[in-house]
Amino acid sequence: MDFATSLKMGLKALLSNRLRSALTILGVVIGVAAVIGVVAIAQGSQRQVTSQIESLGTYLLTVSIRGRGADKMLTSDDVTELTAGIDGIAGVSPVVTGSATAKYGTRKYDCSLLGVNEQYATVRDLQLETGRFFTQIDISTRQKVALLGQNVVAELFGLSDPVGKDIKLNGQTFVVIGVLAPRGGGPAGTEDDQVLIPVTSAERLVGRRGVSTFYIRGQDKESVKQISTAISDRLYRRFRDQDAYRIFDQTQMLQTVTNVSQTLTLMLASIAFISLLVGGIGIMNIMLVSVVERTKEIGLRKAVGATRRDIMSQFLLESAMLSGVGGVLGIISGEILAGAIASAIKVPAVFPWAGAGIALGLALVVGIGFGIYPASRAANLAPIEALRTE
Amino acid sequence: MIKVENLRKTYRAGLVEVPALRGVSFEVDEREYVAIVGPSGSGKSTLMHLLGCLDVPSAGRYIFDGVEVSTLGEDELARVRNRKIGFVFQGFHLLPRLTALENVELPLVYRGVGAATRRKRAIRALELVGLGARVQHYPNELSGGEQQRVAIARAMVGDPILLLADEPTGNLDSRTGADVLDLFRRINETGCTVIMVTHNMTAASRAKRLLKIRDGLLEGDERV
Ligand SMILES: Nc1ncnc2c1ncn2[C@@H]1O[C@H](COP(=O)(O)OP(=O)(O)OP(=O)(O)O)[C@@H](O)[C@H]1O
Ligand SMILES: [Mg+2]
Repeated sequence: MDFATSLKMGLKALLSNRLRSALTILGVVIGVAAVIGVVAIAQGSQRQVTSQIESLGTYLLTVSIRGRGADKMLTSDDVTELTAGIDGIAGVSPVVTGSATAKYGTRKYDCSLLGVNEQYATVRDLQLETGRFFTQIDISTRQKVALLGQNVVAELFGLSDPVGKDIKLNGQTFVVIGVLAPRGGGPAGTEDDQVLIPVTSAERLVGRRGVSTFYIRGQDKESVKQISTAISDRLYRRFRDQDAYRIFDQTQMLQTVTNVSQTLTLMLASIAFISLLVGGIGIMNIMLVSVVERTKEIGLRKAVGATRRDIMSQFLLESAMLSGVGGVLGIISGEILAGAIASAIKVPAVFPWAGAGIALGLALVVGIGFGIYPASRAANLAPIEALRTE
Repeated sequence: MIKVENLRKTYRAGLVEVPALRGVSFEVDEREYVAIVGPSGSGKSTLMHLLGCLDVPSAGRYIFDGVEVSTLGEDELARVRNRKIGFVFQGFHLLPRLTALENVELPLVYRGVGAATRRKRAIRALELVGLGARVQHYPNELSGGEQQRVAIARAMVGDPILLLADEPTGNLDSRTGADVLDLFRRINETGCTVIMVTHNMTAASRAKRLLKIRDGLLEGDERV
């Protein structure tokens, strides 16, 4: 029998029981939509967290100094000393943080002030929109130069070019030497609100508590681990207190986040998969009813020459059509669902193409799998027995 | 073409055994036109189902077209039913969700005939039974006699070598009944063997041979 005829026949059978077919399909739709929705949301939130971590820069170690008091403080020179002689370091930058009021003419803006060195751009993957970055001379000679974030430029200068202009930071005059490219959200809020100045100048301006953080960039994944151990040793020898500092390994963190969210995705998806199974049971149920209802039809078809195979494929095709249509509609509504939830909880929804393929495949497998038993029951009916039933 | 030897069929209804056929032997040659008569419950339909390869005998041999039917597997039986035998059932057995045309096409569908040829042949078969104007009707839109004729068209559409008809005139008035019998005679004249069960003696008299069955046994075999 040709496929077009089979398809037409199956469609006719399903359409003759519209409501029943629709409800059966609905079962599959819910199952598939649940799988797709869950996976889309889970992958979306994973991507969000991952990109936040990645925005720090690659192969990055972040060392936070948490101790208080003179003996638990580091200066930028201390940082240089601490990191000297360790292999695999691509760059180190101490950061002194504070807040400042930036003034240009009559305009004012409260921004966060970061004292960094000339390696900061490399270490943090910073891009400049205009101007130049700090040089080692700027740092060693405590130049009063500044780099401005996008928001700061917008607030103080509007559309005019800030490079070469003088601004005041907490009353001291700084020359603007460049503008940072837009960067958006990092883990500590947007980086577009920042003003960067040489760390040596910052230590004068706001440096009561010394270096709050320093970044070390490793040359590769392996060296990051070794650097982490070495720095940890040296810091402990210096402070004798594990709570005085914390080393945050971005690569390792990424790995952990990915692992956790993959496990979570898998777990949620398998819970959703249960509803897909329930949908499959719905198909089996309907197909069993259908076989009973159509016993006489099966008998007649066999009497005029249908083989077991013909009958079997007729019923399997019907259940495959139910689950296939359910699968496609499920993917569509799963995507809509994910989009709605994503915008409600402010997470990007990632449409899981692979997940959609798998869900559709699973729906078909479930449909055909649960169709086999009813179909073989139909195929095994003896023609005259089947014809005699009323 | 047909040879049955000591054919028996016993039904089991719960604990009771019903011997519907108790050892029937006869032969039918090609191109014969045979009528089977006998009282209700004598085993006529049972015999027809066995001849039509729709059921298997409890004992005895059935050789059809040179082949011992009991040696055939299920798929081969389906093939025989599909290509060599046309069966008109006592209760029509049309599929209610298919049109007359689709019902008649059914044997050709399982033979793998293409849609266009199928349609052409089905229409011709329907025209042959005088239903050329009822092609798109559903069975419940047809009278009993018309349904009967759709069933005959379905049996004939595949050009079988054996036509089995279980009381084909039972639901028809005498005029349409006579038309159907004419049709059978024409079919028989084209070379198809016809075996027909009937209660109607005028119908039986149109056949060239009369098999009488009573209580599951062959009681008489007359040629006219
Ligand atoms: N499936 C069955 N189970 C049990 N007994 C059956 C079955 N089919 C037929 N019989 C019995 O077998 C006997 C013969 O039945 P059959 O249908 O062959 O009679 P028939 O000659 O065709 O009768 P009619 O002229 O009324 O159609 C009857 O006694 C019937 O009750
Ligand atoms: Mg009968």
